[in-house]
Amino acid sequence: MSIWKHHGKFERHSLALVIGILLVVSVGGLVEIAPLFWLESTIEKVKGVRPYTPLEQTGRDIYVREGCYVCHSQMIRPLRDEVERYGPYSLAAESMYDHPFQWGSKRTGPDLARVGGKYSDSWHRDHLIDPRSVVPESVMPPYAFMADKDLSLRDVQDRMRALTAVGVPYTQDQIDSARADMEAQADPFSADGPALRKRYGEKVVSRDFDGDPERLTELDALIAYLQMLGTLVDFSTYQAAAPANER
Amino acid sequence: MTGENRETDAVTGVETTGHEWDGIRELDNPLPRWWLWVFWACVLFSIGYWVAMPAWPGVSGYTKGLLGQSDRREVAASLVDLRALRGAESGRLTSASLEQIEQDPELQTYALALGQSVFGDNCATCHGAGGAGAKGYANLRDDVWLWGGSLEDIRHTIEFGIRSEDPQTRMSAMPAFGRDGLLQPAQVADLTEYVVGLSGRPASKAAVARAAPVFAEQCVSCHGPAGKGDQAVGAPDLTDGDWLYGSDRASISAQIHNGRGGVMPAWGRRFDPQTIKALAVYIHANSGQ
Ligand code: HEC
Ligand code: HEC
Ligand code: HEC
Repeated sequence: MSIWKHHGKFERHSLALVIGILLVVSVGGLVEIAPLFWLESTIEKVKGVRPYTPLEQTGRDIYVREGCYVCHSQMIRPLRDEVERYGPYSLAAESMYDHPFQWGSKRTGPDLARVGGKYSDSWHRDHLIDPRSVVPESVMPPYAFMADKDLSLRDVQDRMRALTAVGVPYTQDQIDSARADMEAQADPFSADGPALRKRYGEKVVSRDFDGDPERLTELDALIAYLQMLGTLVDFSTYQAAAPANER
Repeated sequence: MTGENRETDAVTGVETTGHEWDGIRELDNPLPRWWLWVFWACVLFSIGYWVAMPAWPGVSGYTKGLLGQSDRREVAASLVDLRALRGAESGRLTSASLEQIEQDPELQTYALALGQSVFGDNCATCHGAGGAGAKGYANLRDDVWLWGGSLEDIRHTIEFGIRSEDPQTRMSAMPAFGRDGLLQPAQVADLTEYVVGLSGRPASKAAVARAAPVFAEQCVSCHGPAGKGDQAVGAPDLTDGDWLYGSDRASISAQIHNGRGGVMPAWGRRFDPQTIKALAVYIHANSGQ
């Protein structure tokens, strides 16, 4: 078995050993992970999932920036206790426009995959500004500065363009109108509301999320994102028991 | 490399591998038998596992495995089991009226247990542990109700929410008298005194006299001529000692200025009807304190 003799070469050259290990380990990744990106059956066919509006997407970027994922997962696993507590298990389709996804496995706080609509905007406001004002035993840090921080509209279009590069189907029209759409979603009286809904669907609501009609703040964006989480899929038309949706 | 320099170690009687580094040599002991068996058993098991369970990705799908295992089917079945386990009680919860549930001790115990656990996961974050309430979030333990305290009123409130997005939501909006310029700041200040007076506390007589006609014109449609409130529009009784937004003058004047309206989401789409009934029974049973 002369092939085993070459083992000595790896044992003597640490660089060769490192490269060898990387090659072997990447086989696992190539076989197990890579196919998920092009297999049709990975992502369920569902109605309702759409790219995030510019305001929601910016809120999502704030969520990532602040490291909310360090304490919160966004993945309801198909287990009885999780489904009983949080609602229908997460579908792959629900995170198809997430780059990067926020599934996670660390839950210092509850899972947030279906938090949309569970609370009022004003509760989120109170809770993010001072979690202990509404949940006295909470260990979540306060994020009061967001209510005071004007939302930057400067690079939202660049961010959307970057997302199109990794497969999010934003149209040119959506990118061009990003700033108007952001303002329109945070203002219930905006004249641009109908145009926003034409671009992103009837279910998009315009509300003054942060309770301060004068300003568009980071809190507006973050709450808009939280209130959308888990609400996109139309479960009345989703066939959970269909063979194509089995996993 | 192996082979050439192999020699038998004098102390242990085991052959060396033939490597030598700075005079150090390595014994070529065979792997322990048990370890080898476990290793091959694992290899065999994994081959069996590939065949039995979903495993390999292909071009258009993946191998489903002979057992046809599916997490999603399993959780669906397990939820059916859970309903069956809850069994008779759960079924009776569907058919029984709220009053019947409350009168049947067995059914009530079941509803209270279910209600308590759902309340802890979903309601306590706003209404406080046990429902004691907080500023802006109604106290559910007392006997003061904004929208009615009968079993059916409570069930309706839970199912459709308050100022929620549900079309059947409980709805009303106190105008933002100060912010929207409907009343002058001085009038708001007078009305604050008037409301303080309504609740039986000492208040400036002159201000109360100035505010009386304004109250009659602007406020009675919701809060009633005597300020006793109206559950049809969720307007609180201003004469009792119970306050949603605080009893001090600053809180009262802030409410007249801003006309804040509390929002509670509708729960009808999150919970099945049995769970909503159980919640209503739980809240009704724990109120009145
Ligand atoms: C140190 C860990 C930690 C971090 C970081 C954190 N949270 Fe939390 N979060 C918690 C805990 C613990 C709870 C449960 C207690 C409570 O409701 O405050 C919670 C609760 C929540 C809830 C309510 C969930 C529910 O269903 O009741 C929301 C929404 C939330 N967090 C959002 C956020 C956002 C947004 C961020 C980032 C800006 C964040 N959290 C960062 C620990 C954390
Ligand atoms: C987002 C915070 C929030 C959550 C979560 C919440 N509530 Fe409420 N709830 C409120 C607010 C705010 C009010 C008072 C609304 C008003 O001002 O009219 C209220 C009022 C009520 C009332 C009416 C009280 C009255 O005096 O008429 C009931 C009953 C009630 N809630 C039950 C529940 C139950 C049961 C749950 C859990 C399934 C729940 N609430 C979860 C915010 C919440
Ligand atoms: C359209 C109906 C409506 C009118 C008109 C109205 N209110 Fe109200 N008022 C409400 C409702 C509803 C609430 C409870 C708000 C909530 O639940 O968040 C409320 C709450 C209040 C509170 C807070 C009570 C508490 O428990 O904290 C005060 C004080 C008050 N109103 C005073 C007034 C005064 C003074 C006027 C007249 C200038 C007035 N309201 C006119 C509907 C009305």
